[in-house]
Amino acid sequence: MALLEISGIDVFYGRVQALHGESLEVDQGEVVALIGSNGAGKTTTLRTISGLHHPVRGTIKFDGKDITRSEPQNIVNLGICQSPEGRRLFTRMSVLDNLRMGAYTRRNQADIKKDMDRVFELFPRLKERLNQIAGTLSGGEQQMCAMGRALMAKPKLLMLDEPSLGLAPILVETIFQIVREINAQGTPVLLVEQNATKALEVAHRGYVLETGNIVHSGTGKELLSSKEVQTAYLGM
Amino acid sequence: MAETVQRLRGTFFTLNVNSLLNLAGGIAVLVAIIATLQRVFESGGTYFFQTLGFGLAQGAIFALVALGYTMVYGIIELINFAHGDVFTLGAFFSLAMMPLFGLNPSSSGAGVILPLLGLFVITMLFCALVNITIERVAYRPLRHAPRLAPLITAIGMSSLLEGVMFIWRGPFNLAYPDFLPEQQLSLGGGITIAAKAVFVIILALILMVGLTFFINRSKLGKAMRATAQDRDAAQLMGININRTISATFFIGAALAGAGGIIYGLYYNSVAAFDGFAYGLYAFTAAVFGGIGNVPGAALGGFMIGVIAAMSDGYFTVAWTRPLIFGILIFVLVFRPTGLLGMRVPEK
Repeated sequence: MALLEISGIDVFYGRVQALHGESLEVDQGEVVALIGSNGAGKTTTLRTISGLHHPVRGTIKFDGKDITRSEPQNIVNLGICQSPEGRRLFTRMSVLDNLRMGAYTRRNQADIKKDMDRVFELFPRLKERLNQIAGTLSGGEQQMCAMGRALMAKPKLLMLDEPSLGLAPILVETIFQIVREINAQGTPVLLVEQNATKALEVAHRGYVLETGNIVHSGTGKELLSSKEVQTAYLGM
Repeated sequence: MAETVQRLRGTFFTLNVNSLLNLAGGIAVLVAIIATLQRVFESGGTYFFQTLGFGLAQGAIFALVALGYTMVYGIIELINFAHGDVFTLGAFFSLAMMPLFGLNPSSSGAGVILPLLGLFVITMLFCALVNITIERVAYRPLRHAPRLAPLITAIGMSSLLEGVMFIWRGPFNLAYPDFLPEQQLSLGGGITIAAKAVFVIILALILMVGLTFFINRSKLGKAMRATAQDRDAAQLMGININRTISATFFIGAALAGAGGIIYGLYYNSVAAFDGFAYGLYAFTAAVFGGIGNVPGAALGGFMIGVIAAMSDGYFTVAWTRPLIFGILIFVLVFRPTGLLGMRVPEK
């Protein structure tokens, strides 16, 4: 049984159907990439897993529990955390307060401190900017802060929505390196990316989403070498 | 070519209108300040400080009410028009509860302090419960409706509360017992300030400092700030949005309830429809300070209080209301974010 099991979900925005019977799985220890063009439903998928939308049909199971109708705060409590599209930091709070907000559901101060140190190891830059107001950070630093904030929840599954969007190429490298590192430390990652090549290089497996349907799936290598995926998403 | 000319003319025209308006606004403010100063010098220091004391005391009450407007606006972008009536309800409810605490119009001295404290607690709690009920039945079901819809139910809730108080106690001014000391405190040099005003200001400041600590330090306070800044992101942190919004209504109404008692103690009279006008003053104060901004609401409250007192004291009472709402329009036109309004950093 996989850690996260999504089977056949239909999600609507009002009357517009955004996801058509989407199914995907994330297993322990994996990095899974979800790629596709703008409007394919990648962000909707993550928002639905987090409980910000509820599917009309289909089920979502996490760790064996049905979370299809759960509220966002309960889903965070179960151990799913995401760094959302556009980072969505609390722009008028300091970096430190943003990180603390990430640990909102946790009580054990000693554990929180330990994870704070782990975040500083991954992102030394955040430690230098600890008391700066988050809205005044550079784009790359904001992305680091958003990822650090998500890690502060000590997630059993980390979801990253477009972590490389709008970053300088050198920073994109760093961010993907850190995704590898987070995964190596034992956290499974569901990665939504427009930068399909980079995402598939990091990922163990990947899914290709097209107007709310999964059209391809396979290991990262398989998708990278697939003719169809290459022409449509990798620009080859 | 014609298009370019049109565009240039457009730019020129808007520039012109804006700078003209700015100039007119600046002159108006300047004239008002000079006229006030002239009258202040004519009537002397004692009168000035008494007016100032009155203004600060009334401003303290505006501030307590304005905080509720601004906190609720900050978190769900709704002007809770029922808030001013929750404030009056505080005065009405506390009046009805007085016998329970052994308070009657002839009580006085240090013996009233403890019962008064109990009265504050029970009134604040009552107003808070009324306000979270209002949110639950009138605003929450409309959270995803167009913005105008909850605004209209807010006005409806305001009328409903006024109606209830009207039926309960009638349209008259009710006498509110006078427990506060009447004497004037001397500040030296012939300057005096009413002890009553000092009491009101200190009490309001204590409540405001408490609120600030709560919002900045407590976990719930941080959840409130996070929810106000980005509701989706707050949910992704595991914050229970509904509970946080309820807490905001709870705290805002508790402050309004305390404000209601302080209003009664200070003016010794309260009527069912007082909250309407007072609420609008407090709303103006919230906008003046920057709607959604907590320190701004406190500052705006004191400023509106003093401006209203100066207008009452040095010009005529009849012009005070037009002046205050003139300020509201002025702020909305020239500085919609208010005095301490925040510029939101780009995402």
